[in-house]
Order: sequence, then structure tokens, then C-alpha cells
Amino acid sequence: MTTNGWVPQLPSVIRTKGLTKRYGRRLVVDALDLDIVEGDRFGFLGPNGSGKSTTLRMLLGLVFPTAGSAELLGAPLPRGCKSVLPQVGSLIEGPAYYRHMSGRANLRLFDAAGPGGPRRTRRERVETALHRVRMGRVDERPVRAYSLGMKQRLGLAGALLREPRLLVLDEPTNGLDPQGVHEVRELLAELNREGTTVVLSSHLLSEVEALCSSVAIINVGRMVVSGSVDELRSQTGDVHVRTPDPDMAVRLLGEKVLRRDADQLTIASDDPAGLNASLVSAGVRVTELVAQRRSLEEVFLDLTEAGEIPL
Amino acid sequence: MIAVELRKLVTRPRTWISIGLLVGLPVIVAVLVEATGVAPRPGEGPAFLSQVLSNGTLYAAAALAIVLPLFLPIAVLVVAGDAIAGEAQAGTLRYLLTRPVGRTRLLVAKLVTVVVFVLLAVIMVAGAGYITGALLFGTQPLPSLSGGQPLNSGQASFRIAFSMLYVGVSMLGVASFGLFLSTVTDAPLGATLGGLAVLVTSGVLDQLGAAGSIRPYLPTHYWLSFVDLFRDPILWRDVERGLALQAVYVVVLLGASWAAFVTRDVTS
Repeated sequence: MTTNGWVPQLPSVIRTKGLTKRYGRRLVVDALDLDIVEGDRFGFLGPNGSGKSTTLRMLLGLVFPTAGSAELLGAPLPRGCKSVLPQVGSLIEGPAYYRHMSGRANLRLFDAAGPGGPRRTRRERVETALHRVRMGRVDERPVRAYSLGMKQRLGLAGALLREPRLLVLDEPTNGLDPQGVHEVRELLAELNREGTTVVLSSHLLSEVEALCSSVAIINVGRMVVSGSVDELRSQTGDVHVRTPDPDMAVRLLGEKVLRRDADQLTIASDDPAGLNASLVSAGVRVTELVAQRRSLEEVFLDLTEAGEIPL
Repeated sequence: MIAVELRKLVTRPRTWISIGLLVGLPVIVAVLVEATGVAPRPGEGPAFLSQVLSNGTLYAAAALAIVLPLFLPIAVLVVAGDAIAGEAQAGTLRYLLTRPVGRTRLLVAKLVTVVVFVLLAVIMVAGAGYITGALLFGTQPLPSLSGGQPLNSGQASFRIAFSMLYVGVSMLGVASFGLFLSTVTDAPLGATLGGLAVLVTSGVLDQLGAAGSIRPYLPTHYWLSFVDLFRDPILWRDVERGLALQAVYVVVLLGASWAAFVTRDVTS
């Protein structure tokens, strides 16, 4: 199931088998099998109400599964939570704070609440985390007065306090401006290069596409598809060609030309290299030739369209 | 974790505002009584108030009696109802639990915080009552409510301290209701008002002759029994029953809170 299947020696950080959650008669998560390996950048995609959050909550020990099993960093859930959660940073359904305190005070309190991390180095940990999200010079205003973007960054800083092995993030760029989105993406990529496994749930496909190496798409609590982003974005068999000699190309290729728009052609071909060779050898000059891939968005819509979206 | 929770309690403006209000009411009453010289006749109005004009020492107990029926339980219920539900509403509960802070540990820390608030409130009210009484009405040896010999100062301090403890235990019973409701809802206001509904129901039934057989089991029934501590000799019967009744409520409700909290899905 996993994307990095070609490096099977990597241990799983998250593994679930038949993970199921029912609220009364409503089935929210239905027999979900996940396997996320260490070092992965994993995107968890699905429309609103598809069970993403409930799954993440089960993985963090907040919600108890109705059936099935889950392992987090090798410990069985929910019993093993206590031993592994210190190595996990999370941001679930938006950040949350004591609104009358400053961001710094919030982080200090948050740091003091859990195990690990001596009191001496608390100030340093807090400053490092703030620095990482570019809030190193933030003043002592209460969080109440923060912008949405600052709150989101502070939430990320909270998740980074213990230099976690695994980051579980729900919509981490929510409320950020494009500059902020870019910074967060860079930060996550950097953390991932340093060895942190990043699990990100989002309905923003571009987000997942830009950051993640593998993805699972769920809908109505069921896994629809999972795999590497490259695999999912398979070629569509269409090739875009730009040429100063469109007429010649149309004459050469005949019915293979699906669409023509001035100097731009869409051509049905499973072999872009061969197509290029035949065009050029026939004297058709080629300005641009791109094998079209489906965007993750198209994959997503194709796969989730059929399933009904619960209200 | 307990230190963290206590820090939250003392850094929160609300804590001090509610204590300020609690202390303010008896002070206002004292000033009015002093200025007008019109004390309630014996047997009317809050306990002890009829005697304070002649003796300020008793005003510590009178202050407790003034805030006991409504003001103090509301303040306690606000803090207790906020304990878990407040964290749930703010969304901080999920971050505390994934920190991770064990659920039992968090509940114990919240309980300690509530107990500290109750003690703080009782001590502040009684302390402010004593100071106000001493300043406005002067101090004399405490008379016993049953007449007879005045109490010596050692006896008087003991009785005032014990009545503070008694009021504190009664408020712990109230707090247990708040804490329990706080673990089953995500709305702190709901938990507070739910607790208040329990007290109002109890108060109404306590006045009702037809509810006679259940009256001794109502949480508010023995609240004012600390008045008996100022009789000579002390009338222990109702005080003992009051303490035992509150202990039962506290144990049962805290057990229920724990069971509810550790098995609950946190979806807030």
C-alpha cells in the first residue's frame, strides 16, 4: 500500500488495520488500512466529513476506535499513547490557546504541561520553536489580538516544541497568505529532510501536491486509493504541442489531433518521444511538447464524485 | 501538571474578579448595616447579622452566611464547570491530551485547582468579613448563640475556622456536581447552569413539606448547619450529617467524572 514500497526496510510510523469508528449508527471511518513509513511526506485527502479528522484523532488517542487496530511509532493504540505521544507533534482542526495570554506564555504553559524537557531549557525550546515559524520577535500581546496567520504559526510552533519524530498536521496552511503558505511548505520540507515524518491532512489538493510524496484519498470513511503522488498522476495519453507549423502537423497526424487552438495542438499519443521524433523528422518545428498529466485535483474529483458525501 | 493548572487559575482575571465580588458583597452589607444601624431582627435575614452590630468578631461567620446561599456556589460552579468543558470549548483539551497529559492526571489537577479556589474564596470572604467587622463594629468576646458564657478567643477561633472548613466542604459538594457535568459536555456554561439547576431544585424541595422524606439527602439541606458550631455546647448532629452527606456526594460524583472522562471520545 505504501508509496515508498521500494525501500521496505523503513519502519512504519503509523499502521492501521481495519480501523473503524462508529458514532451510534453512523459509520465514520470504515475499516481503514494505512501504512505510513518513517521519513514519508504523507498527504491525507478527502472531502469534508470524509473521516480524515476522526482517523487522525484515533491515531492520537483522542477518540477510541470501535473496531480494528492501530499502531503509532510501534506502540499499540490507544494503550501505548503515553509512551509515544511525546515524539509526536500535532495540529488538529486549527490551533487553540488560552486567549488572554501571549503566544510565548501559551507555549511555556503547553511545554510545562507534558512530560519530557527539563524546566531549565524551557525558555530556549520555546524560543527555538518560535524562531522556526518566524515568530522569534513576537511581542507580548495576548493571542486574542493575533491575526489568523499568526495563530496558525503559533500552533505549528507548539507542534514543533519537542522536535518530534512525527508531525500530524490538519490543514497547516489554513489562514496564511501566499507568502506564509510558501514559508510553511519550506519549513515542512526542511523538517522532513532532517528526518521528521510529516502526515498532513487537507482538502487543498495543491497543498498535498506541492509537498507530499505519497497520498491516501478517503471518502465516506473508506479508502478510495493510495499510492505515490507520481503514480496517481498518471499520464492521460494526451500530449500538448506548440509549433509554428500547426497546419503541417495536422496534415501529418490526421485524426490523432484532438484539438487545435492557433499554434497549440492536443494530440493523442502514448509515446511523447516518438511523437516528437516523427514531427521533427517531417520538418515540423516544435516549440514546446508536454505529456499531459492529470492533476491530483482531477484524480480526486474522479474518485470522490461517485461516492455520496454525507451531510 | 498541578502547578500548570494552578498557574492558569491565578493568571486568569476571572478568578480574581469573582473573588473580589464575593468579598465585596459582605463588605457592602456591613457598611450599610453600620451606617444605618438597622440590623435584621434576630431570626430574620442572614444568620448572625442580627448580632454583628454589637460584636464585629462574628462578622466573619456572617460574611460566609451572606454569600453561602447563592453567590459562593455560583462562583464555585463557574470554576468547576469550566474545568474540562472550558478546555474542550477552547480546543486546548485536545492539545493537552496529545501532549500527552494522562486523562486521570488532568482530572486530578483540575480537582486540586477547584479545591484551591474553594479554599481561597472561603478564606478571603471570612478574612475580609473579620477585618470589616472588627473595623466597623469593634471586637468583643464572642457570645454563644445559646446565651450563657461568652466564648474565649481560642474557642472562637476554632469555631470560625471549623465553620470555614464546613462551608468549604459544602462547596466541594457543589464543585463535584460542576466537575462531573464538565466532563460530559463541551459547553462550560451548560455545566455551570446544570449545577445551578441542581442547587435550585434542592433548595425548592428543601422548603417543601411533601418532600420531607428526601430532605435529609438534598445537597443544600445542611449548608447552614455551621451556625450550630456557635452554640454552647456545639450542636454536632447536623454538622456531622452535613459532612457525611457531602462526602458521599463528592466520592460518587468524582467517581462518575473519572469514569466519564477516561472513556470519552474527545471530538472538540
